[in-house]
Amino acid sequence: MKRFLGFVKKEFLHIFRDVRTMIILFGIPAAQITIFGYAVRTDIKDAGIAVVDLADDEITNDIISKLSSSDFLVLKGKLGSVNNIDEAFKTGEVKEVVIFGENFGTDLVTKGKAELGIIADGSEPNVANLVTNYTRSIINSYLLEYNINEVSGAALILPEVKMYYNPNLQSQFMFVPGIITLVLVLICALMTSVTITREKEFGTMEVLLVSPLKPIHIILGKVTPYFFLSLVDLGIILLLSWLVFDLPIQGSLALLLFVTTIYILLALTLGILISIVSRTMQQAIFISLIGMMLPTVLLSGFIFPIEYMPEIYNYVTLVMPPRWFVTIIKNIMVKGTGIVYIWKEVLILTGMLLFLIVLSAKKFKIRLQ
Amino acid sequence: MRTIIYLIRKEFIQIFRDSFISKAIFAIPIVQLLILVPAVTFEIKDIKMCIVDKDMSPASREIISRLQGSEFFIISEITFSDKEADSFLHSNKGDLVLKIPVGFSRDLYTEKQAKVMVLVNAINATSAQLSWAYISGVLRDYNSNMVMESLHSNTIKPLAGININNRFWYNPSLNYRHYMLPGILVLLVTAVGLLLAGLNIVKEKESGTIEQINVTPIRRYQFIVAKLVPFLIIGLIDLAFGLALGKLFFNIPFKGSLLLLFGYASIYLIAVLGLTLFFSAISSTQQQLLFVVFFILMIFILMSGTFTPAESMPLWAQKFNAINPAAYFVRVIRMIMLKGSGLKDIIPEIRGILILGAATLTMAIVAYRKTA
Repeated sequence: MKRFLGFVKKEFLHIFRDVRTMIILFGIPAAQITIFGYAVRTDIKDAGIAVVDLADDEITNDIISKLSSSDFLVLKGKLGSVNNIDEAFKTGEVKEVVIFGENFGTDLVTKGKAELGIIADGSEPNVANLVTNYTRSIINSYLLEYNINEVSGAALILPEVKMYYNPNLQSQFMFVPGIITLVLVLICALMTSVTITREKEFGTMEVLLVSPLKPIHIILGKVTPYFFLSLVDLGIILLLSWLVFDLPIQGSLALLLFVTTIYILLALTLGILISIVSRTMQQAIFISLIGMMLPTVLLSGFIFPIEYMPEIYNYVTLVMPPRWFVTIIKNIMVKGTGIVYIWKEVLILTGMLLFLIVLSAKKFKIRLQ
Repeated sequence: MRTIIYLIRKEFIQIFRDSFISKAIFAIPIVQLLILVPAVTFEIKDIKMCIVDKDMSPASREIISRLQGSEFFIISEITFSDKEADSFLHSNKGDLVLKIPVGFSRDLYTEKQAKVMVLVNAINATSAQLSWAYISGVLRDYNSNMVMESLHSNTIKPLAGININNRFWYNPSLNYRHYMLPGILVLLVTAVGLLLAGLNIVKEKESGTIEQINVTPIRRYQFIVAKLVPFLIIGLIDLAFGLALGKLFFNIPFKGSLLLLFGYASIYLIAVLGLTLFFSAISSTQQQLLFVVFFILMIFILMSGTFTPAESMPLWAQKFNAINPAAYFVRVIRMIMLKGSGLKDIIPEIRGILILGAATLTMAIVAYRKTA
């Protein structure tokens, strides 16, 4: 045991000695929190629109000023004719063009009916969808105002919306659980696989293997520092998100720590497994970084909800630990629910952990013979 | 010139000697493209919702049947209790609850207006905004129906209406794959190039072979160019594979000029590879380089506007994107492929990437020293 502790201490020293490693270990979570907290937004704000106003009367000007005074849309300019739309879209500044026909105002007043065109740039589906929806609702509320006298006789349903869990639609509520998931799996898997393959590539693994340390102790000794550093990372993320974004942990901190420990162990075991199957550092890096980064971001459901993916992804993502972990973290941190709602996910993660441990134990023995 | 060609040949032999890496540089991007592209969607349909109907009136049933008729919603629970609705949201059974209060239909007919409450799980702001837009659309239709009906009985004067004619250009069905494939492809090509090229030089440092090159008459720029060209070619091949797969499997349109795209891609790759060569010239171990590249890659990807709209970011973040090559290329590839934008539409992006490319390449050449 003393020998083992000595080895762990040596590994710790290795990590602390390299300033760059330390910067990455603690800089990545901090940078991610900053990027996600202050830069990246998922909702639409200030989308550029243009109008083709062939009527240019009081009513169209009214509608245009309503459109441009909203938070979501910014009027980038007026186009002379519909022929200029393509040009406006091609530079990418304008996402939507609203077209008023020549007699828009007079038609509305005299005939009580007017035609209005909305053309959106469908090459960005999400933006196009949200922008046209905003525009429609602005025009509808204008119409309601316009008709207010006639409408007073009719019954109306007034829907009120309550944005549950996240009343101000802050993107941090979704990103902080995502960052925890991403940072932990990447740092644990990447770091452990690289440090172990490094010893292999330089031949120092053989030196370690002939030492009185048992192979299992070597692996555990390599992994232990990263376990603690991951916990520190978790602490940094939670603290920053609480201090900077006012995002408290609604549920139980103890439960959060318990589940995160399982997840970290899972990621570390994954790193060990990767180091067993790869011969060089380059291979390990390829698998753990290029192979895992995008799938973790995209298939864990933290930006793109899994329930809206094609049916088959409900099954494909079953084997992805991040999917289960994101759900757990969201439940504990944001919804504040207890173990009752997440025991299934916790059980699945534990099962995966055991499976990976058994698998790497088997593979590891083969390599040593 | 001949020196460079020999050096390039040497690089290719070294890269393809590792059978794992030589397969992985093509297989990983292709497999990920096929798996990830269909998954990445905000195309929201079949929103599972719960309705709390405390009114149980013909009016409330009318709303429910309208929601059932809509393609966007699946009503998976109808209940009387607020508690069950809360638990519906808590347990991830669904993300939307509509509450129709007691006295809804009475209010509707006597007060002429009645409230309903919509609860949306807003942890994911985008899907929350969309769900809310869809459900308020259904209620809006219901309202205008009511107005029309009451008009038939009350007045003769028609109510003013605006007929909205809505079309989406370039991608009429708002297919997310058309949007996502170019973006994800750029990220994959970038990741492969950044890592492989960067690790390559430090690997020579670690194994000591760089000393052998240093004592030859090979000049600094020759060395850097020879390190850059193989990865440029690999990157372009990956790009071509990705585009072909997109055509084959997802039928992604290609409206613009292929030549323009590959021309832009070449400058882009030079800029990215120059950057990674710079970092590898100043790192002494693969581990150090890895951490730097990992850090940069993450920032490039997240801020590039591939998954989240770049225009929604605050001004400083958009300014930062002036030095983010991935942001330029993601934007340009989508413009060229989906909208058929031409040379003159992307002049600002060309200027930006040229400046970046020149800067990183110079940095790489200057940073590489032949003395230890």
